Amino acid sequence: MTVTATPTATSTVDTTDIGESRRQRHRLLGAWEATGRNDLRTHLAHFEPLPPTGGDFAERFLAALERAGLTGRGGAGFPAAVKLRSRRPSSLSAFRVGGRTSGPARSPFAAGRAVLVVNAMEGEPASMKDRVLLSCAPHLVIDGAQLAAVAVGARRVVVCVPDDRHDVASGVLRALAERRATRHTLVPVDVARPPGRFVAGEESALVGWLSRGNGAPAFRLDRSAPLTLAGGPAVVHNAETLAHMALIARWPETGMPQAIGGRAEDALEGREPICATTLVTISGAVRRPGVYEVELGARLADVVAMAEPAGRTAALVGGFAGTWVDGSDFDVPYSRPGLARLGATPGAGVVMVLGPAACGLAETARIAAYMAGESAGQCGPCVFGLASIADDLRELATGRGGRALLARISRRAESVTGRGACRHPDGVVRMVRSALRVFGADAAAHASGRPCRGTFLPSALPPGLRMSGNAR
Amino acid sequence: MSARGVATSARRSFRTETSIAIDPTRCDAFGYCAELVPELIGVDEWGYPVLRSGEVPPWLAERAREAARQCPRRAVHVLDVRRVS
Repeated sequence: MTVTATPTATSTVDTTDIGESRRQRHRLLGAWEATGRNDLRTHLAHFEPLPPTGGDFAERFLAALERAGLTGRGGAGFPAAVKLRSRRPSSLSAFRVGGRTSGPARSPFAAGRAVLVVNAMEGEPASMKDRVLLSCAPHLVIDGAQLAAVAVGARRVVVCVPDDRHDVASGVLRALAERRATRHTLVPVDVARPPGRFVAGEESALVGWLSRGNGAPAFRLDRSAPLTLAGGPAVVHNAETLAHMALIARWPETGMPQAIGGRAEDALEGREPICATTLVTISGAVRRPGVYEVELGARLADVVAMAEPAGRTAALVGGFAGTWVDGSDFDVPYSRPGLARLGATPGAGVVMVLGPAACGLAETARIAAYMAGESAGQCGPCVFGLASIADDLRELATGRGGRALLARISRRAESVTGRGACRHPDGVVRMVRSALRVFGADAAAHASGRPCRGTFLPSALPPGLRMSGNAR
Repeated sequence: MSARGVATSARRSFRTETSIAIDPTRCDAFGYCAELVPELIGVDEWGYPVLRSGEVPPWLAERAREAARQCPRRAVHVLDVRRVS
């Protein structure tokens, strides 16, 4: 797959009252689309300098993020403002242990200053958006990281790029050098290069690698407690989330949903448009695979149409741990609340289109085999459960299963759910269950020994997966 | 909170809630925990423990703690949380 274009977004939201140039300005890739350049001078000319960060900046910034309803774009979709607030020094010192009421607050968490971690690990094989964003608009991501760092009182920023993506890392280093030379740095920024694999971007795995060199997800009794790094709380945000923060900080009112017909209350209640745009990586059976910036709330059908699909059969939405969506359901809005109607989420902004002749079950079997191989190998239910489910799916896809097979897959899916240190097994199970739902009739035929003709076609999904073993 | 608040809370009675959790990254499926408290822990087809519930009723709390002590991998966590009732 080549990253070619970021063509114009389609939208069902009425935006006639906003000038076209204004809309362009409020897009993550606006400067790149207008000029084809990613340097600091172009960036500042297009987006204007950062707002001042003195006085009550932190409070205004967090309030603006709340109004915009910005959610994390790494996959989990956690509200960005809530995460930042929970890591602010004032909120951490409010925790007291043992009912002590005098003397210094004994926090169960580290008392040091925070470290802001930019997560551009993008371990999802079908996602390229963070790579494209850091290549085309590195300064927007760094802007957002700087503002978030100031808001939580962080003493430094670490940008995490996988060790095998040299072009992305050198682009970030070049951007940082530009900022240093022109004194555009509020908080010092480093670049770290953890090993690139699927689970490496999981929050606790990333912080574990940065602090101890152990890049595996950690078991946490209390998942809501902040992770710590060098004596302070680690604040981990996806690269795209931070880039949106840079836009929201500049245009707290005009750029966000209020201006395009949505209301802040809608965002909070999980209804309609949440935040202006989002990046989507479209791949599979399409003529123009690539990363597209679309307006949230555009119809899924229109989003898919930008990449010129070969047909309208089904798509895997969210990523390898996402949800299969049938072609007849493509009328939903591409947004968190819109996709929720189908039990799907935007996840890491991935849409993989199934070819008209392809077998959805065979593709599911290939993805499950890949995901089983990407287990960090720590938790038994993940190691044994995912491998067994992947084997079951291969049997199902090739028509060697028999009637009991479908029940066994369901039972095993149920069994591994929620039993890993991270959500890796849960994500795989969700994808598998959605496949059995969307390709239900197909699954019944395969289970009675009648596989379809598409079973043995090579996979159209990246990155050339096989049904057994692992491409790696 | 003022010193008066402390005095008030000291007079309140507490109720202890016990919970159990298994660290899947440490667990190697020895299975002792499922032997010791089958009421709370079953095993899956690969021998790994499956919690029936994370909450431990008072009459099982001591055996849950025993399971935590006996685990060769120290993967069983039993936590007592005191709440003001």
